[in-house]
Amino acid sequence: MASVSMDTARSNSIANGRSKPGRLAPNYWPFVVPALLVIAAVIVFPWVFTLWMSVNSWTLGQPVVFAGLDNYTRLLVDMRFWESLWHTALYTLLAVVAPLILGTLAALIFDAQFPFRGLLRGVFVMPMMATPVAIALVWTMMFHPQLGVLNYLLSLVGIGPQEWIYNQNSVIPSLVLVETWQWTPLIMLIVLGGLAAVPREPYESAEIDGANAWQKFRYLTLPMIAPFLMIGVMIRSIDAVKSFDIIYAMTQGGPGTASETINIYLYNTAFSYYDIGYGSAMAVVFFIMIVALSFVLMMIRQRANWSDTETR
Amino acid sequence: MSSSFIRPTRRNFLAGSAAIGAAGLLGIKPASAAVDWKRFAGTTLEVNLVKSPRSETILKYLSEFEALTGIKVNAEATPEQQQRQKTTIELSSGKPSFDVVHLSYHVQKRQFEKGGWLADISGFVKDPSLTDPSLVESDFAEAGMQFAKDSQGVLRSLPFSVDYWIVYWNKELFEKKGLSYPSTFDEMASAAEALTDKSSNTYGFVARGLKNANVPVWTTLLLGYGSTPLGPDGKLRTTSDEAVEAAKMYQRLMTKSAPVGVSGFNWAEAQSAFLQGKVGMWLDGVGFAPPIENPEKSRVVGKVGYGIMPKGPKAQAAATTGDGIGVTAASKNKEAAYLFCQWVISHDMGARLLQAGAGVPFRNSILEDAKVREGVTMPSTWVDAVAGSAKVSQLALPVIIPVTEFRDIYGVGLTNMIGGADPAAELKSATAQFEPVLARSEG
Repeated sequence: MASVSMDTARSNSIANGRSKPGRLAPNYWPFVVPALLVIAAVIVFPWVFTLWMSVNSWTLGQPVVFAGLDNYTRLLVDMRFWESLWHTALYTLLAVVAPLILGTLAALIFDAQFPFRGLLRGVFVMPMMATPVAIALVWTMMFHPQLGVLNYLLSLVGIGPQEWIYNQNSVIPSLVLVETWQWTPLIMLIVLGGLAAVPREPYESAEIDGANAWQKFRYLTLPMIAPFLMIGVMIRSIDAVKSFDIIYAMTQGGPGTASETINIYLYNTAFSYYDIGYGSAMAVVFFIMIVALSFVLMMIRQRANWSDTETR
Repeated sequence: MSSSFIRPTRRNFLAGSAAIGAAGLLGIKPASAAVDWKRFAGTTLEVNLVKSPRSETILKYLSEFEALTGIKVNAEATPEQQQRQKTTIELSSGKPSFDVVHLSYHVQKRQFEKGGWLADISGFVKDPSLTDPSLVESDFAEAGMQFAKDSQGVLRSLPFSVDYWIVYWNKELFEKKGLSYPSTFDEMASAAEALTDKSSNTYGFVARGLKNANVPVWTTLLLGYGSTPLGPDGKLRTTSDEAVEAAKMYQRLMTKSAPVGVSGFNWAEAQSAFLQGKVGMWLDGVGFAPPIENPEKSRVVGKVGYGIMPKGPKAQAAATTGDGIGVTAASKNKEAAYLFCQWVISHDMGARLLQAGAGVPFRNSILEDAKVREGVTMPSTWVDAVAGSAKVSQLALPVIIPVTEFRDIYGVGLTNMIGGADPAAELKSATAQFEPVLARSEG
């Protein structure tokens, strides 16, 4: 019955020369409603509830009082919020650029033919499979100024002890080092996929024209793998901007607030200070920022695809 | 035989305790004990504990309580931070999943009071069918009762374990430099500087530098200057001369004599540094003797002295934090839950806590019991430091709801001071940030 009515509906819409993708035959609704209920419960309700909390002053253990936009105006003058915003931007930028460069280089190396290539590729992608908190604990030990292996290695080449995550100036680069170590393999895998799809003919033509290795990379490889790089940038950006586990496990946003990103500040506000209303306002603003970032990146990716089409 | 009787070993003591426990289970009770332990047999209690050596001691002997009372106990121990979040969220919902809650007084006391989350147990304490006659208020250290009673003087919990801030000092390093344990703050700072030799990676002093964790170090020093962060009128006095002087002392100790990277050190990093034998003094809570005296973890076994906090310019004070155990206001099994709390802070359980070095009971009758002290596995100087600290005990942190914000905001200032920032300016800035938070919480 269902297929007959569906077919009838489709043939009618075709006959009318227009489609109505939003309309379903009534007897299809029982199949759709469970999914809608789940989406409403796990996506829509939490967001509506967060929005509601963000316009209330609510500290756990105390009464809920309607506060209008007070929590949002408080954000505007909260220097710690702006500082965390800057930390998030810096952390994201470094945690995208470093794996992007190193991952692309690694992909170029692993694209070439050499003995044990498969084995080495396997070893290279291993960090990606490890649990972030476990990684954080291992790196925390490695970063220890007195007992850590990194300072020991530096001492072998005559460099004095560094403070790594224990110094306000070096904490973000040190955290990015861990992030880079873990996520460079992801970029490598994405770019390797791109390199596998690159045709050989343009390179042969370039070689006949006398192009050197850099020119071949700059004018052939890079434009052809650009869409893949954009996918890598998009995945890494969204991942880095909402990074929490490694930072929290290693520094909890310290020393001081030197590595406190919005995520960490949000978490502290909601679950250490129990200021649920203010934490929710921060979550709403943060969500809008992530959506905006995703939108911009998707636009850029679209442009990369167009230029790729034009190249062909 | 006779010698082992006069000087019992730990094993003998535990065997004796087990025999006494077994006698109790068989119904052989002292004539004075009128508590009807079996009154709530068949009840099931849900217990929420902070994961720590203290809760491990409770869990280890839990079956004894179940056998004594016939009460079934489902106990859950979660790490401190998670436990605090879980209890706050559940208690504020009005329907917590537990009858008994383990709380950190120095962080949660005021929050629990304001939420009305703990049951009034003062009536239970007066009921001879519920309370052992040995359980009297005068047996507890003053700080314990201060913690356990709310602002109206109503007893809301039972004080379980106290933590005094003491100085662990490496006797070997002190001897090498011909130094003795300091008796004043100035001597402490001078000794720390004399012990520091960066070329050999040796440092005179270590304490917490990490934001939040570092605040009790500063407040400990502040007590020596005769002040506290909050005045009796409830107003902040964190920009006072005393507060600034204490912050300068913190800065001096942490910049001139502390290991590289100390601004990121919590107690765990400070402990690691001290256990390596390259640090002269370590200021922290009293509970770290077990790892120090454990040859598998420590290079300073037998070389460590346990000192009471040196005297400041105006006072000698051992900063005190502590934890307690209480019955939730929403519990339907309040009397049974109270029996559990009473068992947790009983003489036998307190003795076990102290003897294992897992914690220090608030009850003086346990600390002063010669037999209990004989069974302590930690050095006698540790017990002396505990007993001496009890005499000069003062609360380490202000009793307010936003303790975490207080520690975070002032903690950032202290971390900045390690980086060279001006103490007066940092305290002024932190106070300006914290004042509205405090006002909101009490408003």
